Amino acid sequence: MLREKYAHEVEAILAKYPVKRSAILPLLYLVQQEYGYCAEEGIREVAEITGVSPTEVREVVGFYSLFYDHPIGRHRIQICDDLPCALRGADELVAHAVRRLGVQPGETTPDGRFTLETVMCIGACHRAPAMQVDLEFVENVTPEVFDRIVGDLSRDGM
Amino acid sequence: MGRYILLRHREIPELHRLDVYLRHGGYEAWRKALTSMTPDQVIEEVKASGLRGRGGAGFPTGVKWSFVPKNVFPKYVVVNADESEPGTFKDREIMEGNPHQLIEGALLAAYAIQAERVYVYIRGEYRSVARRLEAAIAEAYAAGLIGRNVLGTNYSVEMFVHLGAGAYICGEETALLESLEGKIGHPRVRPPFPATFGLYGQPTVVNNVETLANVPPIILNGASWYRTMGTEKSPGPKIFCLSGRVRRPGNYEAELGKITFRDLIFGEEYGQGLLGEERTVKAILPAGASAPMLPASALDTPLDYESVQAAGSMLGSASIIVLDDTVDIVWAAYKMVRFFQHESCGKCTPCREGTYWLRRVYERLVAGRGRPKDPELLESIARQMAGKTLCPLGDFATSPVLSSLKHFRKEYEAYIPQPLEAPVAAPAGTVETVPGR
Repeated sequence: MLREKYAHEVEAILAKYPVKRSAILPLLYLVQQEYGYCAEEGIREVAEITGVSPTEVREVVGFYSLFYDHPIGRHRIQICDDLPCALRGADELVAHAVRRLGVQPGETTPDGRFTLETVMCIGACHRAPAMQVDLEFVENVTPEVFDRIVGDLSRDGM
Repeated sequence: MGRYILLRHREIPELHRLDVYLRHGGYEAWRKALTSMTPDQVIEEVKASGLRGRGGAGFPTGVKWSFVPKNVFPKYVVVNADESEPGTFKDREIMEGNPHQLIEGALLAAYAIQAERVYVYIRGEYRSVARRLEAAIAEAYAAGLIGRNVLGTNYSVEMFVHLGAGAYICGEETALLESLEGKIGHPRVRPPFPATFGLYGQPTVVNNVETLANVPPIILNGASWYRTMGTEKSPGPKIFCLSGRVRRPGNYEAELGKITFRDLIFGEEYGQGLLGEERTVKAILPAGASAPMLPASALDTPLDYESVQAAGSMLGSASIIVLDDTVDIVWAAYKMVRFFQHESCGKCTPCREGTYWLRRVYERLVAGRGRPKDPELLESIARQMAGKTLCPLGDFATSPVLSSLKHFRKEYEAYIPQPLEAPVAAPAGTVETVPGR
């Protein structure tokens, strides 16, 4: 699948490294782009491309927090509740998000649209509280900002 | 010369564009090194400058470079852009605002050790930052500043960006190398050090983003110019990341040792004081979650490596988190312990198990179910971790615990329910007596 649909990307990734194994992380990002998570089919293909066992690829998936071994929502909302953000209202923001979305951190809304997570420091402590929506920074987040973003993403028709 | 050495984009709009960077002296150091300096001369200049690693350890950069063997090839330079320490957001600003200064510094490091490739390892959460850096690298390639036979010389060098995927431990340089090799981020046993056995077992220099951004001005203006800034043992400029309960959090560039915590927190051109006139500083975290917290009595400590160490902590990455008198220290320590428990890679038993038990004890403390011996228990767990792990994460995790117990032990007592008191004797004459007894 990857080698056909993303032939150009796969080739460009492999060309960056003298050792194929180094391509595992970038290839797993491609897998997540295609399947929405690290699906078994994608893991097997990454193993074939890089010449390691599927078990070794699964180990990598399990180790890094940005890889998922199960389907998640179409949009990932990751609120930092680490100390610097928590000193500026992150815990209250998480409570607001839980109320607004009706799910706990780590859960996905029943319509499959949002996965809510709390995460460790994302390097936005000077504009706290902060979060990432699909890995894009959203900073100085108020409940109003949060509701607007959730509202916009709820109307995207996806 | 402007006010900034590192955060020059604050004075020069659009500095992230190559044409703007070139107009402001960009890549002149690169040209100078390639056309008029030997690799050893570059190393000697950086050594003479006294530049120390800005990622946290403070190790002299030129000395690190000089450890690389001359006759082994290929060699690599790896830029550590895995900025993940709580309270740290300086490398992000450099990469977003002034990416070419990092690229130029990385190229100079590569030339100095005669590396053929540079990898920039950026944390996965900085995907948007990585795109910006990749665009800058592409511009530099197109201008012939990176690639084959750079600027008509016989030196060739490649540069690639590699995205991590969410793991604090990968900021530790040997874990970073493992991760770059496509493995889980477990630190390696040292020695051998990366200088001799690094990426793919080849000689490798790993330097922090801010460290490398210091190199072009050093090569261009010379070590003695650089030493006019900062102190004898901590020369040069430094970016201080200020966060927490301050009015104006942000990155502030200043000479090492020339300002104090008080200047940074209260100064008009810096933090402008706390959130609320009536508030006071309770504690300062000088290096994110990793270094011991200091009480307000340390406010007048100058911000350089030696002074902060003498005050009982470490300057580290200079990520200063301010806790005011509204902050519950036990809660703050719990937040930090929770961070380290989440980020422990699990390789070394004392860290993996120790962070887990620390978190368990803090969870019961903040839930109001603390036990009288919990402070001693926390100290005992911390003692069984410190100095017993391959990388410093195990030590870091004990910092918030031991330092908060040292300076704010009384706050723990508030979390420990007092044993049920003996029934108070009722005033005489009110005791009902049971007939017949």
